[in-house]
Amino acid sequence: MTPMVMMLLFALFVIAVFLGVELINKVPATLHTPLMSGSNAISGITIVGAVLAAGHGGDNTLLTVVGFLAVVLATINVVGGFLVTNRMLAMFKRK
Amino acid sequence: MNAYVIEFAYLVSAALFILGIKGLTKPKTAVRGNLLAAIGMLVALVATLTHKEVLAYEWIIAGMILGGLIGAVMAIKVQMTAMPQMVAALNGFGGGASLFVAWAEFEKSMQPATGVQAIMASMQHGGGSSIEMVTLVATGVAVLIGAVTLTGSLVAFAKLQEFVISGKPIGFKGMQAVTAALLLVALCAIGAIAQDYHPQTLFIALVIAALLLGLLLVLPIGGADMPVVIALLNSYSGIAASAAGFIMGNTALIVTGALVGASGIILTQIMCKAMNRSLTNVLFGVMAPAGSGPSDDEVYGGKVKSAGAEEIAMLLESARRVVIVPGFGLAMSQAQHAVRDLTDTMEGLGIEVEFAIHPVAGRMPGHMNVLLAEAEISYDKLVEMDRINPTFEQTDVAIVIGANDVTNPMAREDKGSPIYGMPILNVDKAKTVVVIKRSLSSGFAGLPNPLFAAENTLMLFGDGKKAVLDLVAALKEG
Repeated sequence: MTPMVMMLLFALFVIAVFLGVELINKVPATLHTPLMSGSNAISGITIVGAVLAAGHGGDNTLLTVVGFLAVVLATINVVGGFLVTNRMLAMFKRK
Repeated sequence: MNAYVIEFAYLVSAALFILGIKGLTKPKTAVRGNLLAAIGMLVALVATLTHKEVLAYEWIIAGMILGGLIGAVMAIKVQMTAMPQMVAALNGFGGGASLFVAWAEFEKSMQPATGVQAIMASMQHGGGSSIEMVTLVATGVAVLIGAVTLTGSLVAFAKLQEFVISGKPIGFKGMQAVTAALLLVALCAIGAIAQDYHPQTLFIALVIAALLLGLLLVLPIGGADMPVVIALLNSYSGIAASAAGFIMGNTALIVTGALVGASGIILTQIMCKAMNRSLTNVLFGVMAPAGSGPSDDEVYGGKVKSAGAEEIAMLLESARRVVIVPGFGLAMSQAQHAVRDLTDTMEGLGIEVEFAIHPVAGRMPGHMNVLLAEAEISYDKLVEMDRINPTFEQTDVAIVIGANDVTNPMAREDKGSPIYGMPILNVDKAKTVVVIKRSLSSGFAGLPNPLFAAENTLMLFGDGKKAVLDLVAALKEG
């Protein structure tokens, strides 16, 4: 990674924070609980890193174990987060 | 798959996450928003599975099956009343995932590169050790925040569930000094690791210090402040994911982590404002001095009037407008469906019914709304504090169910009170106030509530659900 790439990534981060603030401020208080579980689900994007670690295919046992644990935890976040959010939001939809 | 295609897929999934959150800004589009975000996740996952570094699939598949089962069971079984615990647990798992991802990246970077890899690395890095350093700092930050989120969330979960420990603040003499020392150790370890100074030993020290730090940060925080803590840990889990993204140069992680981090911070601010507490006070477990406030006897002595369900039902029959004020007690007694029956019965009698929702009612942002939605009470009837407060004067009966501190008029009137300045629901302005409560015991703030002794207040003592059902029965008979 070159210094230039690092700076670009940092710029991306800062812009994403501003976008996040704008976006989240528009979420009504009535949906704050599903917002939290939903953001939990999308923070399960760490599954990307977890997959890269668990699938390295080498003979480094520690790396495999750590990668496996990362996959388990991230998958709980993704599956549990999206399902429970869907369950809650479905209650708000019906009327 | 081509590396550029994978990068493009990450961009697509980041865009889908943003559209997903945008969907959450309206109840009608929220389900679709959640679905879009889930599709985004699938895109990122499939792209990653085709990455050239992924050589073996057995551990990935095993981990996904195990995690998927645990996640699905949790999501399907959890009761709506237990949603704060669920979110606390998910925050913890998110933090843990970032911790392990960072650990794995560290382990990879410590492996001696061989052959072509080594040559490529030396060509790429030629003199660029400062970049190596940035990566190592990002690793340290991801480990620190991830581990703090993991153990901090476990403590928050235990407190909310009253599992092993109670919701009360737990501390010991000199706790803050120990916490500060641990933070210092962690930061020094990150600094040293970035300078490539005994990285492997210090990495272990960093993990242990950060795990302990998470415990000590949340243990001293009381049950009333849990909504703030959950929101803050939610933010941490996002920041940890972002830091992990910087280690790998992964845009999807960076953008997503930033969104979640911002979301958690905003919710934290809203909660702090609704409790009139500063974030620093919450974090250090500082409560305003309870000092010279009136005792329970001074407030209640001989002034509390109680009534039976029949008496209150008669009152309701002649009412035109009723406002229901739910609090955590409603969740505790699972009274949401009974409240729905009460609402239907009153509306059948031509009474206008609305719900007053205080931002910190329940134990997490929006908790009451989810409970009432579960009982199929339309969200149009749930009114936020600022909008409902001016209407209490035209309200015939306000029914408070299991709420306490958020209705305490001392917050408005008594400058010496520890909760002075906290925004409250002005239920005492209603013509008659009915308070459904087990006893006169105090709320989280540990204060007596003059509302219970007010001229226009009637106490209906008993379990929330049973009392509401008694009211429904009495209304139907009358």
